[in-house]
Amino acid sequence: MDWGWLLPEPVSAFGSEIDSIYYLILVITAVIFVLVEVALVVFLVKFRHKEGRRAEYSHGNTKLEAIWTVVPFILVMVIAWMSMDVWLEAKVADGHAPGDALPLRVAAKQFEWNVTYPGPDEKLDTADDFVKRNQLHVPVGRAVRIDLSSDDVIHSFFLPDFRVKQDAVPGMVIPVWFEPTTAGEYALGCAELCGLGHYRMRGSMTVHETAAFDSWVAEETSEPAVETPTPADTAGAELEAASASPSAPEDHDHSSRQPDSEGEEQA
Amino acid sequence: MSEAAAMSASRPMEGMRVYNLKLGMWVFLLSEVMFFSSLIGAYIILRFAHPEQWAEPNAVLNVPLTGFNTFMLICSSVTMVKAFAAIEHGDQAGLRKWLIATIILGASFVGIQVYEYIKLGHEGFVPAAAAYAAEGGPLYGSTFYTMTGFHGAHVTIGVLALIFTAIRAFQGKYSAEDYGGVEIMGLYWHFVDLVWIILFTIVYLI
Amino acid sequence: MSTMPVEVGHPSVQHWAEPGHADDRSFIRKYVFSTDHKVIGCQFLILSLTFLLVGGLLAMLIRWQLGWPGLAIPGGSILGEAKAPGGIILPEFYNSLVTMHGTFMIFFAIMPLLVGVFGNWLIPLHVGAADMAFPRLNMASFWTAVPAGLIMLASFFVTGGASSAGWTAYAPLSASPELSGVYMGQKLWCISLIVLGFSSLMGAVNYITTIVNMRAPGMKWMRLPLPIWALFITAILVLLAIPVLTGALILLLFDQTIGTSFFLPADGGQPLMWQHLFWYFGHPEVYILILPAMGITSEVLSNGARKPIFGYKFMVYALVSIAFLGWIVWGHHMFQSGMNPFLGATFMTSTMIIAVPSAIKVFNWLGTLWRGDIHFHTPMLNALAFVAMFVIGGLSGVFMASTPVDIYIHDTYFIVAHIHYVLFGGSLFAIFAGIYFWFPKFFGRMLNPTLGKIHFVLTFVFYNLVFFPMHNLGLNGMMRRLYDPNQYEFLAPHQPMNTFISVSALLLGTAQLIFMFNFLWSLRAGKKAPPNPWNANSLEWSLPSPPPHGNFPAMPTVYRGPYEYSVPGHHRDYWPQDEPPAEGGHRTAEREEVHA
Repeated sequence: MDWGWLLPEPVSAFGSEIDSIYYLILVITAVIFVLVEVALVVFLVKFRHKEGRRAEYSHGNTKLEAIWTVVPFILVMVIAWMSMDVWLEAKVADGHAPGDALPLRVAAKQFEWNVTYPGPDEKLDTADDFVKRNQLHVPVGRAVRIDLSSDDVIHSFFLPDFRVKQDAVPGMVIPVWFEPTTAGEYALGCAELCGLGHYRMRGSMTVHETAAFDSWVAEETSEPAVETPTPADTAGAELEAASASPSAPEDHDHSSRQPDSEGEEQA
Repeated sequence: MSEAAAMSASRPMEGMRVYNLKLGMWVFLLSEVMFFSSLIGAYIILRFAHPEQWAEPNAVLNVPLTGFNTFMLICSSVTMVKAFAAIEHGDQAGLRKWLIATIILGASFVGIQVYEYIKLGHEGFVPAAAAYAAEGGPLYGSTFYTMTGFHGAHVTIGVLALIFTAIRAFQGKYSAEDYGGVEIMGLYWHFVDLVWIILFTIVYLI
Repeated sequence: MSTMPVEVGHPSVQHWAEPGHADDRSFIRKYVFSTDHKVIGCQFLILSLTFLLVGGLLAMLIRWQLGWPGLAIPGGSILGEAKAPGGIILPEFYNSLVTMHGTFMIFFAIMPLLVGVFGNWLIPLHVGAADMAFPRLNMASFWTAVPAGLIMLASFFVTGGASSAGWTAYAPLSASPELSGVYMGQKLWCISLIVLGFSSLMGAVNYITTIVNMRAPGMKWMRLPLPIWALFITAILVLLAIPVLTGALILLLFDQTIGTSFFLPADGGQPLMWQHLFWYFGHPEVYILILPAMGITSEVLSNGARKPIFGYKFMVYALVSIAFLGWIVWGHHMFQSGMNPFLGATFMTSTMIIAVPSAIKVFNWLGTLWRGDIHFHTPMLNALAFVAMFVIGGLSGVFMASTPVDIYIHDTYFIVAHIHYVLFGGSLFAIFAGIYFWFPKFFGRMLNPTLGKIHFVLTFVFYNLVFFPMHNLGLNGMMRRLYDPNQYEFLAPHQPMNTFISVSALLLGTAQLIFMFNFLWSLRAGKKAPPNPWNANSLEWSLPSPPPHGNFPAMPTVYRGPYEYSVPGHHRDYWPQDEPPAEGGHRTAEREEVHA
């Protein structure tokens, strides 16, 4: 990752379009920033107090006012206009996500993500569905459409590399979609303060090559034990979490590798 | 003629041509509009989201009784106007008489509302009445008590202010030259009445 | 509507500071339960500077944890087992730190500083009145703010600790003690802000009435100093926005206490409704936090440059437009909230438009400096910093206004950078400018200029070192309100930057000691202040420092606007508003000039 103003490489189809808007704004604001701050410094130097010189007695200039009203207005309207389509494409799944997108269900709760996969039949709410905790697995080059919900408070489903962020609101099911472009392992985080475990509500996103994804699905569905989500991780139950967390034998669950031990939170 | 000579040296700029107390009261009432709007706005949002939680008019609430209560409150605005008209003409006796009438009507309004609350409470209709779901859901009770409760609080404060005003009236503190205190009391009272008419409509009649 | 024949209570009946009239008020009446706007302004100053200190200390704790995660604070075990066992901050305490830092800074520091202090100090003097329209209501406004602050402080000490749901208190987290772990603390938070709301409302009614009704003869609307325009518009925003917050807080309190479900989905409540109500207040609130600062900046810049403010009328229109537009942009805080994306598109448009009047103001400030005769006194340095930093804060806002870009930067440190560039880089520098400028008038002594300049330079440098890198942290994906970003592999490499920021923050905090020392020392031992140390034009500078109770010996008369600097042919480079037009050889005595 970079220290400047460059964004990390986007790995979703609309990610680079979002980045284009960002860079457009960056260039415009950088130019204005330099012009204004330099002008400020130049004026301060040039017009600092000198004996014998008086300030110019002027109350303003209407023409200039008009210019620096209209030009900024046009600039921001251009930015807004260019942002509109990209926004709707990224946010409105209906009409933008392809019909054959892989359907997933993500239920956020304190402090984990429970992902329901449709299994080989690629239909949710059928017998071959399975649930993984804190792990997203998707195939590259194929759109994914997630029904996002929350079991308790507002969380926010954040995939930085995909330029995806959507608040998960209890009582609502909100569609989220994207199309991964590059295989790899990426971060999943929570971007809305959701309680004391907010800072460790992380998961992983793995984008597989298509064949690898299919075999992963097959592996998951052929196993005898289907993973169940852990019991509600409420503030009071934090103490209980220190003892056994049920997990399936071949659990790739990151929560077991969290650097902090549960014991730290026993206040 | 210089500007200095042309200007009266003893009076400030005209402003709104409304004396301070009155301008202040109008400004305050604007803030009250926003307050009640937030409560009514919440009600509208919730009702649109879950219309099934609202009982039919008169199924739970007593519309005829509250209708009479509304009439009383409107009458109290009339008596308030009469009190103000009295002192505008220096009629001290009239001022006192009509202030007392307003107090009695206002206090009765509060009394009947309290009676209604107690009765509803006994029937199980309390702010978070999930158990009352047959006749409406929790949101029905929450919004009902919040909106009418805060209005009732405003009426109560108004009655206390009226009593304070009446005491001053009996002390002869108002006159045809100085009736600001009565006028702003009237403004507040009419506002409270107006809010009730709106609330009565949306809470009881719709 | 009728008007009374003899209008008792009419603004013309004011209690002026008639010479020869002894001030026989008791100490309590003079300094404690005072109805004098100047004293109330000083009281608000003590209150808000105290809470600024509290907010700053909370920030230091936040930065300690972010700079050195899991490291014990020296002496930190004083915080207790429930918050920081062995001096190591717990996650739940961290969440309440970020919450209370924001809460104290916004509600108990910046807002009372800008609105309570400068509103009280400046309004009656600038309009030419003896005091506010309702002096006793003014006193009540201050004394209502005090318990509000105490309640907020008390919330740290109850079981479960202080609110930890963010200063934005999103439901259901804020409405559910079982889910947040905070019981009494969140309730006290709500109650405190409800009480504070009453204080603000009383102030707003007073300010509006005073400005409308009590302007001295000749003080036309377009001759008002810009701080008054700003405070007037701000008071209207307070009047209309605070009641909405009050309503929302009441509903939240009911959810927490009597089992209602306004925001709890289980029984049909709407979490998003909290956000709509909160931000409907919240967005006007941020303009409440910047508009008076803009007014102060205009005042100081014009004075420092010895030049009329460039485009006074447009500055007024810009203030009005910002305030007006501020009512239709609240949804930009909710782009990713689950709100209908099409609504998001409309909010984007209105949000983009609001950049325009802000831009106009920046260009007008530059125009004020153009061909000026610039004196770099301490207030001027701080006002210049406002302009420079507000530009950054404003430009960063454009990124967030763009909904698709906001997908990435929402709830990251990019937002934190923006907030602090406008609130600290903006408002706080303007507050410093205002304090350095008006301290002499209200305390009768000058603040030490050398210490002032050192304070300025150190603050400016460290402040930028703290907050500028936060833009980059956010662009690298660092989320807000994270107790330990190292949990995320992609954020762990940024720990060194977080540590750097924390070191700078500690230095920034330490630099404020210079200001504190200067302030306290100058109260007692500062150079005695003449009536007009800055050769300024508004009405307060015609009076002694400090002005007497009742301000003016009689109702003043105003002859010109407040920015008549460097008028050609005039013997001085300033021309007080109440100085009669020079007819014949009448000249007032030269006023003592102090170049700070």
